[in-house]
Amino acid sequence: MPSATIRVQAADFDMAAEVAALTAGRRDIGAIATFIGLCRDEDGRLASLELEHYPEMAEADIGRVAAEAQSRWPLAGLTIIHRCGRIEPGAQIVLVAATSRHRAAAFAAAEFVMDYLKTRAPFWKKEHLADGTSGGWVAAKEDDAAAAERWRE
Amino acid sequence: MKASYFAWVRERIGKSEESLQPPEEVRTVGELIAWLAGQGEEYAHAFANPKLIRAAIDRTHVKHDNPIAGAREIAFFPPMTGG
Repeated sequence: MPSATIRVQAADFDMAAEVAALTAGRRDIGAIATFIGLCRDEDGRLASLELEHYPEMAEADIGRVAAEAQSRWPLAGLTIIHRCGRIEPGAQIVLVAATSRHRAAAFAAAEFVMDYLKTRAPFWKKEHLADGTSGGWVAAKEDDAAAAERWRE
Repeated sequence: MKASYFAWVRERIGKSEESLQPPEEVRTVGELIAWLAGQGEEYAHAFANPKLIRAAIDRTHVKHDNPIAGAREIAFFPPMTGG
């Protein structure tokens, strides 16, 4: 199984650089599927999101999601970057880039990874509102649990 | 054992980690949650709804019926909201 690149970092990421790293020197890759999750302002209500995480577990948990994706689809490479700390609307939160010979595997793996990260990676989002107050912790969504569940056969 | 708390569990308790010495009859994660809930107002608040509490022992996710014997570190946190 090719190794996945997994990083948890406060710093922003550059999708083009990550894709270049996945394809450098390769002539066998026919498809790259990328997904970037951004911080929304929730119609002007949100000033920023604070992403708390469990540092000792986060990369290992994301690694388990990556390994599961690699066991399900024939991927050439997989990069997952999840940011932590304070993130403002419009900024990037998460990157998934999957490469494969054909597009079906890359598309499916990227979607699977996102569905699983929502419920399996030890991150918690707290809202800071534009009026200076705290909007509290974002509650886990039933939809997200259902999205992860649908990949079970 | 060391206990770590995250997100609103951490905020309600007012600390991110501490050392715990539960009595011997506390054998599972669920029993530890029930014991912690009796350790003061802030703990009662944090653990008021055990269904919303997720746990990890030595950095592996566990269910509430998991034994705690031999655990070096146990973490408590709300359902995860990553991605």
